[in-house]
This record gives sequence, C-alpha cells and structure tokens, in this order.
Amino acid sequence: MAIDKNTVKYVAHLARIKLNEDELDLLSSQLESIIDFIDKLKELDISGVQPTSSVLAVGNVFREDKPRASLTAEESLSNAPEKKDNFFGVPKVIE
Amino acid sequence: MYESVIGLEVHVQLNTATKLFCGCSTEFGSQPNSQACEICLGLPGCLPVLNQKAFVYALKVAMALGCRIREFTKFDRKNYFYPDLPKNYQISQYDLPLAEEGFLDIDINGRSKRVNIKRVHLEEDAGKLIHSQGSSLVDLNRTGIPLLEIVSSPDINSSQEAYEYLNSLKQIIQYLGVSSCDMEKGILRCDANISIKKKEDSKLGTKTELKNMNSFRGVRDALDFEIKRQLKLLESKESIAQETRLWDEEKQMTYPMRTKEEAQDYRYFPEPDLPPFTIDSKMQEEIRKTIPELPQQKMKRFREDWGVPAGRANILASSIELADFSEKCFNLYAKAENITNWICGPLLSEMNNRKQDINQINITPKNFVDLIIFFDQGKLSNLNTKNALAAMIDSGKEPGIIIQEKNLSQISDSVKLDEIVSQVIKDNPKSVNDYLQGKENAVMFLVGQVMRKSKSKANPKMVREILLKKLKKA
Repeated sequence: MAIDKNTVKYVAHLARIKLNEDELDLLSSQLESIIDFIDKLKELDISGVQPTSSVLAVGNVFREDKPRASLTAEESLSNAPEKKDNFFGVPKVIE
Repeated sequence: MYESVIGLEVHVQLNTATKLFCGCSTEFGSQPNSQACEICLGLPGCLPVLNQKAFVYALKVAMALGCRIREFTKFDRKNYFYPDLPKNYQISQYDLPLAEEGFLDIDINGRSKRVNIKRVHLEEDAGKLIHSQGSSLVDLNRTGIPLLEIVSSPDINSSQEAYEYLNSLKQIIQYLGVSSCDMEKGILRCDANISIKKKEDSKLGTKTELKNMNSFRGVRDALDFEIKRQLKLLESKESIAQETRLWDEEKQMTYPMRTKEEAQDYRYFPEPDLPPFTIDSKMQEEIRKTIPELPQQKMKRFREDWGVPAGRANILASSIELADFSEKCFNLYAKAENITNWICGPLLSEMNNRKQDINQINITPKNFVDLIIFFDQGKLSNLNTKNALAAMIDSGKEPGIIIQEKNLSQISDSVKLDEIVSQVIKDNPKSVNDYLQGKENAVMFLVGQVMRKSKSKANPKMVREILLKKLKKA
C-alpha cells in the first residue's frame, strides 16, 4: 500500500507532531514498508476467527464503589508548566 | 407536507460514590483538582479498574429500556487531543456497547408512540474548562465520572415528542435510582440531530446537530427554532449545511459552532488496559430482579386496580416516592378517588409551596388518610381540612390532635347553625332583599358570611339548607 506525503502529514497532525519535508519523505517510505509487512497478515484465512480485543486470560475485573484518597491539588499540579488557583493553565482553546 | 426527523443522544451521570475507573470521589462542588489521581491525570504506569456499581447501574437502565444485553462487551479508546482529557483519549465503547436495540414508549396526547433505542453504553466524562483571559483553566474533578450514553433512533418527529421522550427517560432512570437526571445541573445532557424531509420521501434530509441546551424546554425550543430555520431554507431552495449548531437560550436561536472544517477521526481501538466483560444470564437475572415496577406499569395498575383516571395516574406515578405514598394510602383507605383528589390538589400544592418532595414533606400516609376520613365523615370543612393539612405538615402531628388544638371541628349542630344563620340574615338585609328579588347569587354571599362567622367550621351543606328554609319564610 502506497503511503503518500499527505497521509503522513495527516497522521502527524492527528498525533500533533510537526515534521519537515525531509522527515515527511523518510516517513512515507518507512510507513509504507511497515504497512506492507503488516499486510502479509491478509494472506491468512481468518474467516471464523473472532477479533482479539484483549490478550489477557482474565475478564470481569471490577472494583467496589468505595472512595479512596485522591492526590492533593498541589501534588496533581506539581508538574504543570502553568497553573492558577489550583487549576491547570493551558493555551486558550476557544477564541 | 414536511416532517422533522429527530434523534436524541443523551448522557446521564450515574450517581456512584466514585469515578468509573478509579476511587476518586464524585462529590460535586469541591476545590478544583482535589478529586483527581494518577488515573484521572493519565500518568504513565497506572491502570483503570471498572466500578462495578456503574456497570450494574448501566445494565439496569438498559434492561428497563428493553435492550438486548450483550454477552460480551469491551471498552475502547476514542482518541482526541483536548485539554479536558489529559490521557488524550476517552475510554468509551465503540463496536460492542453493553446493550442495543431497546425502546421507549411515550405518550403523545393519549396515544402511545414507540421510540427505538439504538444503543446504551458506558464512558467516562471529561474535565471542565474555564476560559479566562489569555488562557484556559482545567479542573479534572469531573474527569472519569461515569456517564451512560443513550442513543435513540431517528424516530422522533416533533419537538413535543422529543420533550416527552426526555421526560419518560428521566422518569425511568429516576425510578431505578441510578441518577437524578437534573438537566439544569448538567447531570443529564442532551444533543439532538435533526433534519427535515417531505413526508412521502424516504430519503433523509441534511441534518444538523444541536448542542448546548440546558433544560428539556431548551431542547424543545431549540428544535422548534431549527425546524423553522430548515423549513425556510428548503422552501427558498437553499441548501442546509451539515454542521453542529449551538443553542443560545437568551436569544432563543441556534448558531453554527466555529470549528475547523475537518472530519473527526477518533481512531477507536480496544482499550488494552481493561480486560473485556462477560455478562452471563446469571448476572443478568440478578440485576433484573432489582428493577422496580416502572412508571408505565404503575400507571396502568393505578388505572386498572384503583380506578384512578389516566391524567391523575400520570401525576401519581411521576416519581417512585409519590407512587409509593399513594399506594400506601390506597391500601389504608380504599376510596382511591378521594385520596387522589387530595394528593393532586392540596398535598401537591403544599409540596410546591414548601419546595419539598414527598420524601421531605413531614406527613405519613396514615396521618394523611386519617385526615381525609375526617373530611369524608363531615367532621371537617373543605377549607379546614386544608388548614389542618398545613398544620400537620408543620408539626408532624396526627390530624385528631390538630383538630382539637386548633378547634377545627365542623359544626353540624343544627341549633348552633340556626343561630349563626339568623344573625347573618339580620346583618345583611340588602343581600336578603336581593335574593327575594330573584338574585340567586345572593345565597352564595350569605353562605360565605356564615362560613366566615363560624371560622370556616360550619357545615356548608347544612348552612345552605337552613338559609334557604329561612329565606323562604322571610
């Protein structure tokens, strides 16, 4: 499957990564070979095989609805580059 | 002839003590970011674990809506970047929601209409953003609070039907005790998809999505506005843009939401941090057993077993607490009609005046029924029954004690009544004359005077009889 530069740009945007022209070229060819490799799986006959949603052999793992202590606001905010009155500060997202 | 096609997407916050995937408290109104943990913050190396109560609550709602419950369900990641979700994905359900294919029967002017439910699934809420000058502030207390998403099929054809759908849905969820469904407080949120088409066309028109409504009435008003707006465009042969529009409550209009013109690409994939869930028949049966009688069955029984008229049965069944109160009263005193009248009139107005619901208001079914019996036996006048009711609620005392304390007993003693009536005739010669001149209304006035003089204690039926007899002699 051919991966063009626009597809790489689109995926980079979804991941919020900025790429320059050289990187776009490099990644298009790299992604293409990765996808080709994965495409090999299509050669298998998987009709009748359920999709795997988890590789763990467990299920129905629940917790009781019992509160436990949260982190303090100070702790939660300790790595925040910007904060104000116990809030995280982020660049304005709406004009 | 045009027809509107409406589908509603409702999010209901479940009233668990803790969040969906961690033990942080869900209590409202705490200091910003005081109810968040490593899971809410999306710190590396921590694992979410599902809150069993939220899961059970979700299944209860799904069952009450007649859904097909999936035997195998899982959670998925919905990926998007926005500061209200630090993980950069929301844990939701995509291709295997816990329940599908339910329905809700709504009542439209006495006729029943079925609205199909497409799916019911669990997901986590996002944080709250406050936009201030130059920056946005993030509070993660709400992040991870359990939300139940209930998606209807586009079976709704008017704003009124949408309104009734929301009311019925709210009633059922409240009966189940899993959410308050208070839309004004954001416990219930509703987005609406709406398009217009010619009735005979099978092809749907271009739809818009409406957001930002803060009440059921807001949903109705927004839909009414949008129906008119789309009709106008269609009739002038203009095209309708497929877009998200926000409702402005103040201006009573919708306007397009400003977004970058790109389709959302959420890249759903199975949440690897949560093993899947199997809902076997044993689990289903156990949950099904906890579902109480629902509003529609209750109304039906009130009509059929107790002869309560449909409109009144609706009122009595409006909340499970009021329905229980009513039924306890019926069981104590079989005159369901009298009880219904006293509940729907005086009791509800006392509740409104005091802004209390039936749980908060200070009266037991036994005391309430005893009061009605006093009235039915002619021992209390209508007005004094109401007065006694108010005094009972104020004090929590039994009606017999209130009647004694306040001296409210109805006077049915003809000698005593005779005395008062004679006095009133003497004091109101003009009205007596009016009556004798043929003005029938004058009797009403004179009865009123007797009632006043007796402090509403006179038996009005007897007063009228005595009065008429005396006037005939005059």
